[in-house]
Amino acid sequence: MRRKGNLLSLIPYYIWILFFVIAPILLIVYYSLLDLHGHFTINNYRNFLTSVYLKMTLSSFWYAFLITLFSLIISYPAAYLITKLKYKQLWLILIIIPSWINLLLKTYAFIGIFGNKGPINAFVKAIGLPNQQILFTDFAFVFVSVYIFIPFMILPIFNALDKLNPALIDASRDLGASKITTFRRVIIPLTMNGVKAGVQAVFIPALSLFMITRLIAGNRVITLGTAIEEQFLTTQNWGMGSTISVFLILFMFIIMLLTGERKKGVARNGKAK
Amino acid sequence: MEKLNKRSKLYLALVFVILYAPILFLVFYSFNSGDSMTNFKSFTFAHYKEVFQDSRLIVILINTVVIALLSALIATIIGTLGSIGIVSIKNRKMRNTVLSLNNILIVSPDVIIGASFLILFTMAGIKLGFMSVLLSHAAFSIPIVVLMVLPKLHEMSSSLIDAALDLGASRRDILTRVILPYVKPGIFAGFFMALTYSLDDFAVTFFVTGNGFSTLSVEIYSMARAGVSLTVNALSGLVFFVTLLLVLGYYFITKRQTRSGAHK
Repeated sequence: MRRKGNLLSLIPYYIWILFFVIAPILLIVYYSLLDLHGHFTINNYRNFLTSVYLKMTLSSFWYAFLITLFSLIISYPAAYLITKLKYKQLWLILIIIPSWINLLLKTYAFIGIFGNKGPINAFVKAIGLPNQQILFTDFAFVFVSVYIFIPFMILPIFNALDKLNPALIDASRDLGASKITTFRRVIIPLTMNGVKAGVQAVFIPALSLFMITRLIAGNRVITLGTAIEEQFLTTQNWGMGSTISVFLILFMFIIMLLTGERKKGVARNGKAK
Repeated sequence: MEKLNKRSKLYLALVFVILYAPILFLVFYSFNSGDSMTNFKSFTFAHYKEVFQDSRLIVILINTVVIALLSALIATIIGTLGSIGIVSIKNRKMRNTVLSLNNILIVSPDVIIGASFLILFTMAGIKLGFMSVLLSHAAFSIPIVVLMVLPKLHEMSSSLIDAALDLGASRRDILTRVILPYVKPGIFAGFFMALTYSLDDFAVTFFVTGNGFSTLSVEIYSMARAGVSLTVNALSGLVFFVTLLLVLGYYFITKRQTRSGAHK
């Protein structure tokens, strides 16, 4: 009797899965095969494989790569240092709070900060340099994106570092490894899963950013996300928009496979050492 | 524990300053009596007053809050019932499939969720506006609720339910008097997460909002595209404080729950 009751409670949940998880994916695939007039065609896919879209995909990947790289470079040391602090959980919460503030507001703040009369330009003027155009440049786009993704990168790395058994580091030091060797040969390999999780949490959203490109990069940067938004809401070419979405989903799966946790490998490494 | 040297401390301080400076900058200028985010003239509440006198903005604020509360409520109910169902699926393969399907919306980029929901609502003939935004928000919050409630259900020993059954409890009693009280912390956490997800969302709403209806995020976006206006700063200030209150509320509720849990 109990089991039947519990399975009944799955009905609304299954309806949700059916209508909001499975149906949307199928609809995206279905629409990617339609042209503007609703006829079946594979022209959208053919279009995607032309140089215009491939170039855009490549540049989107390039920006996502830069954003992920800089986030990682800033976050790894920060996460490492936080694990050394006395009230590390509290500091971690302080890192996470900004990620709960509406994305749009943070982006909007940078319109003011990077603006022609903003504090950065006031500083530039104070040291005697001419006014710089910061807004609507690649630099501004990458900077703001990195700013937004830092908490998402720090969190998994912090968790990995925090789980690290300090005895391993002591052992490595006792066996005569220098600080740098210990870091390179012990700490980094053992926290690789955290790094992978962080990369996954940054790279995929970075590919699909579209609001920051509009507000900060002023249409200079076109990511896959921007292209999808444009096809759906401006050009009203849902077929092409869906095709780009299909590719974005494919890329997402590839990235998740590449950065997925390989528990077996880690265990083997651990034993071998 | 080794002490951090000066350089490390400086680095960490810099990271924290960069993380918080833009937000404080934004809130700071919302009190500027001037009309831009450049030189601070004098302190004023004028921009906040403007927000509360603009009936259109008030309507949008109310919309945002109603959508957040309603969608979080729907998501919490469906998500909690779903989790209770999931733990009772005996077939392991089936359960893993359901869990993978559950996580799809969490890992999907917002643009794709937005675009596919737009197609879905158009095909289903649901008019874009309040209903479509509400359904979308509930839909992308359900998996988070499930992820918050499931661990609590796994923690619960099944002998509790057997005991209740032995003592003659009905199915409904077991749900309302054994299971739900036990997983309450998870349900609350899920509800709060759903609230913040809804308040935070821009991308999905932007796709499914249609013409007449707007939430705060979408409104701020269109205002920001038109240029800097300190009304947006005042709105930001409000959103910032509400978010802070929610985070603190969430923090204290989970804290209290773990403490009362420890008492048992």
